[in-house]
Amino acid sequence: MSGDRVVRVGSGQGFWGDWQEAPKLQVRQGPIDYLMLDYLAEITMSIMQKQRVKDPSAGYARDFVPLILDLASDLVDGGVRVITNAGGVNPRACRDALVSGLADVETSRPLRIAIVTGDDLMGRLDDLLASGHELRNMETGAPLSDIQDRVYSANAYIGMSPILEALAQDADIVVTGRSTDTALTYGPLVHEFGWALDDWDRIAAGVVAGHINECGAQAAGGNTLFDWEGVDLEIPGYPIIEAQADGSFVVTKHPDLGGRVTWATVTEQLVYEMGDPEDYITPDCVADFGSATVTDLGADRVRISGVRGGPRTDLLKVSIAYHAGYKSTGGLTYAGPDALAKARRADEVLRARLEQADLDFDEVRTEFVGAGACLGLEPGPSAAELPEVGLRIGVRAAERAPVERFTREIAPLILAGPPTVTGFAGGRPRVQEVMAYWPALIDRTAVEHELVVEVTDA
Amino acid sequence: MRVPLGRLAFARSGDKGDTANIGVIALAPPAYEHLVRELTADRVKDHFAGVCRGQVERFELPNLFALNFLLHESLGGGGTVSLMLDAQGKTFGAGILSLEVEAPDEVVEVCDRVLAGEISGRPPSEE
Repeated sequence: MSGDRVVRVGSGQGFWGDWQEAPKLQVRQGPIDYLMLDYLAEITMSIMQKQRVKDPSAGYARDFVPLILDLASDLVDGGVRVITNAGGVNPRACRDALVSGLADVETSRPLRIAIVTGDDLMGRLDDLLASGHELRNMETGAPLSDIQDRVYSANAYIGMSPILEALAQDADIVVTGRSTDTALTYGPLVHEFGWALDDWDRIAAGVVAGHINECGAQAAGGNTLFDWEGVDLEIPGYPIIEAQADGSFVVTKHPDLGGRVTWATVTEQLVYEMGDPEDYITPDCVADFGSATVTDLGADRVRISGVRGGPRTDLLKVSIAYHAGYKSTGGLTYAGPDALAKARRADEVLRARLEQADLDFDEVRTEFVGAGACLGLEPGPSAAELPEVGLRIGVRAAERAPVERFTREIAPLILAGPPTVTGFAGGRPRVQEVMAYWPALIDRTAVEHELVVEVTDA
Repeated sequence: MRVPLGRLAFARSGDKGDTANIGVIALAPPAYEHLVRELTADRVKDHFAGVCRGQVERFELPNLFALNFLLHESLGGGGTVSLMLDAQGKTFGAGILSLEVEAPDEVVEVCDRVLAGEISGRPPSEE
């Protein structure tokens, strides 16, 4: 094998709702070997679970299916393989929708679809708790039994092993549930280069590559603060990892697209959502992000080398979502003169009315948008001059009724509150169910034997 | 010279539950040691007094010329529980750049040239 061989993994989605053109451009505007599509955030699984409860054929990233139907011929002809966690809480339904859609799409050969199941612990929770897995909240230490009757979804974050198995079976498309975002990038690299499963440094390098890919355009000029005015974002190129067998890699993008890859865009993404950088725990290794060396090669090419890693742990993280009451957020806009004072007065009036109604809220929060709401700043003297201020009030309660009542108390402020008010065209605010996040750990042996790869040709 | 942090660094922020993270990146390598000295966890906690109810932890990344801060209990409960406008701490990265720090004139000058696009913030090393 030539030491110069490069494997290209392009990023096409950074979350469910990302730009639909991006994966098409990744496949059509230049060579890539793999397309990784990350659809899952901490709360996405619970949203998908709610959809599945209403409709057994739902519960996955629906956008993914039409995307693949559109790209099918390009994938076959270009030899591009897709790795995605679009399966959400229902990879089988995702596969079935793909198979049925692909029946009407002509390709020069069938596409082989692999799905990974077994990360979903929802049906096993009782057994797991009974057999001594407490699934304590990593932040509070509380046992899951405290909220067990309110759990909506529970999924173990799984690593590369089922992805490797699917690729070994020549899958063109690998659809997983709660795979870690980074495994979607390093799985293919381990498969291609044949890295040993305990080659911690190389796998850690793959994790760093995965961290760069998992947020889509964010590594390639999107949401970049450094020289943000200078970045062309109309048709941005998403990041592409060009990896080598030694674990070093170059971050780049297709040259004819916008966006930008520099030391600054890549470093911003490296530190994004970072905890202890020397202790970045994944199912397959512990990566040390502090060991990475970033070298800007110019022309939208940034090299990362020197990444070190350590052995994987015996535990997997579990992402649990549970019902935690209801909330609603509403608001009005007050214009000057004295916009902030008027908004403050409206807040006092509203709070007095809520108090009179004797409602039981866990929290009532007021923010003055335009006067320091984002950072919780105390407005300075210049705030008196603001031409307008957004009054934003949110409430949260265990029961639905007080939140419903709150939603009916905003509009009355228009005629029965302070003057110079506008911005109420949207009607009453919506009541939202609160899905709280419960991070926990579980012995990997309790999960791994349940992971199954199923392959279908379509 | 006393300057806003934005003359020495840039930043990106994000969330993990109720904890916000802010990665602060030196505009040029010589600025890094001044970030390490000036940007203590206590100063960052004071700067975010309006949102940060918990501890601030700091991690050093000398290879990247960057610091990472974890601001615990800063997102109103985090995720979908939070009633905050910025429930994911997305704006904290830009927000930290108004914090005032001390640095030698010549270091600020180098960083100004990076900001003006005259030189790279990470010139090729001599190795």
